[in-house]
Amino acid sequence: MTAPPTLGKDLIGLESLTAEQIRLILDTAEPFKEVSERPIKKVPALRGKTIVNLFFEASTRTRISFEFAEKRLSADTVNVASAGSSVSKGETLVDTARNLEAMRIDMVVIRHGSSGTAQFLGQRIRSNVINAGDGKHEHPTQGLLDMLTLRDRFKRLEGLRVAICGDILHSRVARSNIWGLTKLGAEVGVCGPATLLPRNVHELGVTILPRIEDAIQWADALNVLRLQLERMEAGFLPSLREYNRVFGVTTERLARAPKDLLILHPGPMNRGVEIDSDVADGPHSVILPQVTNGVAVRMAVLYLLAGGSPDWAHQPGGGD
Amino acid sequence: MPTRTPILDDRALGRTLVRMATEIVERCRGTDALVLVGIQRRGVELADRLKRLIDQSEGSSVPTGKLDITLYRDDLQTVGPRPVVGETRLPDLDGRTVVIVDDVLYTGRTVRAALDECADFGRPRRILLCVLIDRGGRELPIQADIVGTRVSAGPGDRVDVLVSELDGRDAAELVRGG
Repeated sequence: MTAPPTLGKDLIGLESLTAEQIRLILDTAEPFKEVSERPIKKVPALRGKTIVNLFFEASTRTRISFEFAEKRLSADTVNVASAGSSVSKGETLVDTARNLEAMRIDMVVIRHGSSGTAQFLGQRIRSNVINAGDGKHEHPTQGLLDMLTLRDRFKRLEGLRVAICGDILHSRVARSNIWGLTKLGAEVGVCGPATLLPRNVHELGVTILPRIEDAIQWADALNVLRLQLERMEAGFLPSLREYNRVFGVTTERLARAPKDLLILHPGPMNRGVEIDSDVADGPHSVILPQVTNGVAVRMAVLYLLAGGSPDWAHQPGGGD
Repeated sequence: MPTRTPILDDRALGRTLVRMATEIVERCRGTDALVLVGIQRRGVELADRLKRLIDQSEGSSVPTGKLDITLYRDDLQTVGPRPVVGETRLPDLDGRTVVIVDDVLYTGRTVRAALDECADFGRPRRILLCVLIDRGGRELPIQADIVGTRVSAGPGDRVDVLVSELDGRDAAELVRGG
């Protein structure tokens, strides 16, 4: 008998996980879905653990989802936002984290605008670190909840064709989806304006779909990304109306699909830009089930990381 | 080398379940408001068997549920790799007589966890504990109300309950020095 897979100390991204580890998280999330349906939505699994949610970037959904997941596992939680904290007084990230650790915390959930922050922090503190989105790098729990939602509907990921549509270049959601889905045997396509596709995107093993019509013909499911409005200001796009006209996911376009496509969106949506309201609220949209699954996936990650004694040994004063 | 000693063979296990089903109905004075809850994994199969036996003799339709106590374990902070969490699915427990069914009663810690978990689902009028094998060795003040059979097993021994649904045959065996 082989030992069951474990996750190690931190969750930084799906790139560094094996297919077995990703499956472990998805399978563990299944029973946690039911916990949120109980009359008392709480289990004592993380009783006595203290978790800090360290958010250096605005986030509503992800932060609340993590907080629900933590509370439903009976952990004690503290939220730290960069505004109004000592971070705004110029304290470094490592100093902030070490001060928190001096108060005997167990886990840090971090969202930061710079790629690599979660890994940087994980290597320097003893607590478990969970990446809640770092710059353009990864957003692993979003990738996992997208995969769980797809698996719920299709009962499999192997051979499934998932087209990620929109701003692939700046999207950590796209990156986590690409790593996770390809590891579990799905085919991933990317669709968006040429200015918003990474130059070497084909090296990630994805199919490039130049037009939204191509994506709709090719895919079983569309994961429609939020178009960040600041991209337009930076000159990547001529206008939002133009984007909607060329790349918007509309009822008319979906009507020409060879089959019903499942529609995912990580939120928050720009209705009428990347996705039309009729599609977002339509029968094939799983945008709200994604949110429900987000809590279950985050409970699974917290539960798996909080257990046992990680083989990772803290070396004081090492490397930084 | 571990030695396997039979405690119950398939026919003895069948007879024992029939007697336990009768005892459940007697203790509960019928099947009104009765709920059988099996503890994952073998307890779930045993609860289903007891339900079928009770329904046959009483013409009833007793609701059953399954309970996974992993998230309520008292050793979650110390066990190595995380134990796999199974499914929990319970009918309404409020005001019911809940019979918790498990295969082996040993330290009593599983039952403690099951009682805590049931309390988070509702307020049963009464809870009974029903086990196929009581092997002694309690670490908590917990006793079974309905017992299939008792064996005296030491700390180094193991009691295996096998059910045909999962293991291909019905049996209870004492594994010494395993």
